[in-house]
Order: sequence, then structure tokens, then C-alpha cells
Amino acid sequence: MLAFRDRRVAQLGVRLIVASVQESIDHGEIAEDPTPGASRNRLQTHSLLRTIAANRFDAVLGGGRRDEEKARAKERVFSVRDEFGQWDPRAQRPELWNLYNTRRHPGEHFRVFPLSNWTELDVWQYVGREHLELPSIYFAHEREVFRRDGMLLAVGPYSGPRENASGKRPFVATVRYRTVGDMTCTAAVESGAATVEEVIAETAVTRISERGATRADDRFSVAAMEDRKREGYF
Amino acid sequence: MELLRIATAGSVDDGKSTLIGRLLYDSQSVYDDDLAAIERASSLRGDDYVDLALLSDGLRAEREQGITIDVAHRYFATPRRKFIVADTPGHVQHPRNMVTGCSTADLVLILVDARHGITEQTRRHASIASLLGIGHMVICVNKMDLVDYEERRYDEIRAEFEGFASLLEIADVTFIPVSALHGDNVVERSVEMPWYEGASLLHHLEEVHVAGDRDLEDLRLPVQWVVRPRSAEWNDFRGYAGTLAGGILAPGDEVTVLPGGETTRVVAIESADGPIKEAFPPMSVIVRLADDLDVARGDRICGSGTNPTVAQEISAMVCWMDQSPLRAGARLYLKHTSRWTRGIVDRVEYRLDVNSLGRVRGVAGLDLNDIGLVDLRVAAPLFFDDYRRNRATGSLILVDEATSRTVGAGMIAGTAA
Repeated sequence: MLAFRDRRVAQLGVRLIVASVQESIDHGEIAEDPTPGASRNRLQTHSLLRTIAANRFDAVLGGGRRDEEKARAKERVFSVRDEFGQWDPRAQRPELWNLYNTRRHPGEHFRVFPLSNWTELDVWQYVGREHLELPSIYFAHEREVFRRDGMLLAVGPYSGPRENASGKRPFVATVRYRTVGDMTCTAAVESGAATVEEVIAETAVTRISERGATRADDRFSVAAMEDRKREGYF
Repeated sequence: MELLRIATAGSVDDGKSTLIGRLLYDSQSVYDDDLAAIERASSLRGDDYVDLALLSDGLRAEREQGITIDVAHRYFATPRRKFIVADTPGHVQHPRNMVTGCSTADLVLILVDARHGITEQTRRHASIASLLGIGHMVICVNKMDLVDYEERRYDEIRAEFEGFASLLEIADVTFIPVSALHGDNVVERSVEMPWYEGASLLHHLEEVHVAGDRDLEDLRLPVQWVVRPRSAEWNDFRGYAGTLAGGILAPGDEVTVLPGGETTRVVAIESADGPIKEAFPPMSVIVRLADDLDVARGDRICGSGTNPTVAQEISAMVCWMDQSPLRAGARLYLKHTSRWTRGIVDRVEYRLDVNSLGRVRGVAGLDLNDIGLVDLRVAAPLFFDDYRRNRATGSLILVDEATSRTVGAGMIAGTAA
């Protein structure tokens, strides 16, 4: 994933700015949850907001879609964040026609979601039509995984089965990722889809939603995403 | 694949959730885990039915209070078309949400309970859809099972609505008798109503012809961005990027650029896939012109001889969306196509009673959710078309100078008298 990113950056000749959770931890700005197997997902918000402020970004584009998740379903295309990066879903600006209100106050910034009205299938059909290159993690590959709460999580430096837990033995499975995120809370799905066409066919008939199949972070409560977004999560 | 954008309005009592739920189920657009989650949430709340509104009412406050606060978007597709449904809450009687949902819709779906017939809410929703210039309306006469699938009842409701619809400006009104609960005429034609000879709802949504709704006569290209790469490879390149809002554009066409008024010719049309021979709405293109003109963001490329109205005093039907009321003398920011300017409210001519379409004159202003005709004076001339003719060049939003909130939606009716 990171190698793919760096290759694209070199191809395009653009400047890459990285907000690193690890750096924020190393600098003592945030502390990791000491619980074994705890996710760093929530810690991303701090690093993100710090980087937005340091670079004085007016707007930050994201790939969030309304069909992904309940709180995202209420998100605007041009979504205002206050000085503290907070989202206030009840004070959102109505969006009419394609006339987006781009006015903001000093300190505020926009999160812009151009793909708001796309579905997972739309994205894959677009990838196919435009012959876009993607990181291999989105296609079927063999990976050492373990099962937790019905999800397949990868074994890696930050995650692994809790010790002595029964039935948590890692095993090798053919999987792909429908969404890529923090490995401590983003699961793979069992899949043999190795090409864009096969992924499109699989996506068209899947009976489990993208985040439902793959995101442990949404399972804390029905409003887990809303709570994180209110704090400034992407 | 062609996309159809639908606005729906109504309350849970009309069976709207059931109807949308059925469309989603039958096109297999509800995931098993989402369904399981809302079944759990419904039973926790003690409901004796699965509340499909929970599929999109994701905010904590919405779930706790059992209300939809905001426009909810749902997505589904059939092999023929993709659909985006903007579903607006009905029990909170807020035109604000309905106006927002209708602003991007090709078609509006209104539910009528066969037992109760046309209500004030039906008339209000139909009026708003008409004001927003939606070309297609479907009146689903629902709960036909509760009136014994009687043709006579359906005919009564249809006749009553047609009387009201003659006051509206909606070209295509289609009536469909349905039972959302039993699925009659939703996806499949009903066997209970052999007297109904029309299409099922889904079939109608798949087939309704909307491509002709855009104005293909008068060329309108609001300039969004001037493309000048200034690189060695593209040294002389100068193009104007934007989304076509009207007309058909081809190389060789004579065009006029506003506000300057100079006339020139289209040399080439560039797209993401290279030069193209023809462009039409809503394509996004880059246009290259024969002459080096002073063209900036917010300017307009128009077909020569089809110029829009240019004026600084305009009259617009405004839906007010803010808690603090609109009063004469208010100063606002105004966004029209790709251009921002400032405006002053000269006067509020009348408020519209959306139930009867009557005009209430002598009002002090517009309150939250009021709709009325407003005269605006703007700092720089606007180039506009009547909203009825072109939704893209006839619409504007009003933004509060102090709070930067979007406070109003305007549909331009013409120059102020």
C-alpha cells in the first residue's frame, strides 16, 4: 500500500504530506490505549487535525460515501468543521442544486466529499472503465489472519490474536480488502476475486455491507462513527 | 448507465418507508447486516414492525427521537438505471428539507393514502415540487388493499388531484394505484387491480424519459476555471473549464462571452479523454476559443443570439431556511452558477401559501420555511435565465454575511418590476 502510494507520488511529481499517528505518540502528544489489541483508529483524529492546522488547509478532500455508514449518510459534500475540527450534524448547511456554499470563517475548514453519492459498486465500475491501477491489497491474496467477532483480521506487528484465547489460532486464507484502514480494526473478506471484473461481480451480489464486513471500529455502538466524526475524524 | 434522481416526501403513516423499503429489497439493495441491525434497533425500541427509516436515520438524535432530521439519501440500481432517492421527512412539516431534496430531483414521488385521499400535505408537496421545476410527478395512491382495490376510489382521488394539478406547472403527472405492504404494482403488476392498465412503479421509474428535461436550445457554459498550464509542453494552451448548463456545443460555433459581450468561435472542446466533437449538459469540458479574450471564473460563454437576461435588479422565488427572518434591507452573499456577489433585499413582494398557491401580500418578511417572491439588488450584473427554462442558470443560494450559513434558496423569475 505504502509502496504503491510512494510510486504514484513520484509519477505525479506532487508533494506528499504525511500525518503520522506514530509521530504523535513519540512526541508524547497522545497516548496509546494500553488494552491488548486496542485500536489506534481513534488516535488518527489528533494527527489529522494537527496537520490540517499546521498547513492551514482550507479544504481537505476525502473519499467518504453516504452509502457506507449511517452517520456518513447525513454528511454534506462541502462539510464545515469548526476551529476544533468538530462536526455538528444538526447545524449543517442545506445543499441545493450544485451550488456549494464555500464561505467559511478563519480557523474553520471544509471536509469535501466528491464521491458522496457513489456506491461501492460505482467505484469499482469506474475503476474498471478507466483502467485505474490499484494496490494489490484490494484483490485476492493469501494472508495470515485470525478470527475475531466474526471478522478476519491480519496478523501483524500491531495486531494478533489475544494469547491463550481459544479458537483464535492464526491461519492462512485467501482474502481481499474492501476498505483499507488501520489494521487493528479493518478486516479482510474471504474472496477469490483477483481482477477488477471479478470484484465487480462479487460486489454486485454481496449481501454484507462494506463496513459491516470489515470495520471493528463501527461496532462500539450504533453511533460510533457519529461520535468519532464529531471529534474531527475523517 | 442512466441515473434518475427521485425526491420523496410524506410521513411514515403514508407507507412511504414501506414503499421505499420494497424498492430497495426487491432490487437487493439492502444488505443483510444492515437489515439485521435495524431489526435489532426496532425491537429494542419496542416497535412491532421493522422501521426501514432506521436504514438512513443514523444520527443519535434521530434514533432516540424516532425522527428524520435531514434529507436521507438511498441508493439502488436495476439493470436499466441507477437511482438516488432523496427522502425528506414529512411529519416535521418543513419545506426547507423538501426544497433541498427537490432541487436536484428529476422526478418527485408523492404518496396518498387511499382512505384519506388528497390532503393539505399532498398539495403542499406538489406545490413545492412544481416551484422547484421538477418535470415528472408520480402520485402513488397507496393502501389500495384497505379500500378493496376499488377502481372508483382511485378515480375519485385522481380527479381531485387533477383539479389541483391544473394550477401547477408539472408537465408529466402519472398516477399508480399500489399497495406497498403487499407489493401490488410496486415491482410487478398487481393481479388485484386488473382495471389498472399502466406500468408498475419500478417499471415507470426505469422507463420515464428525462433526457429531454434539460434545455438543449440555448448554449450556457458558466466558466469555472481558466486552464493555463504555463508549461513548456502546453505553452500556448488557454482553455475555459466548466459544466455545460444548457445547449449543445460544437467546434466552429459562434459564441458570446459575458459580461464583456465579445463574439468569437469555438476552436476545440477538450475532455478528460481528449478532444470531442460535441458536448451537451451536464458534461464537464474545457473550451478553447479563437480569440484571446479576457475571460475569468464566473463569466459565461453563451451561444450568439441566445443571450440570457443581464440585470442587477432581479425577482426571485425564495425559500427561507434560517431561524432569523428575512427582512427588507438585509445584505447577503449570493452564489449564482460559478459566481459570488453581494445582494440587498429591496422588498418582499408576497409570501406564497403553499397549500392553496395563494399570495399573501403586505408581509414584513419571510420566516423559517416561508416561500415568497423577493426583489434583490445585486452588486454586479447577473446573467440568468428564468428558472422555468434552465434550473442551472436560474437558481441561486443566499448566504448570511456574518454566519456564512446558507439561509435561502432562490429561483429567478425575471427582472424586478
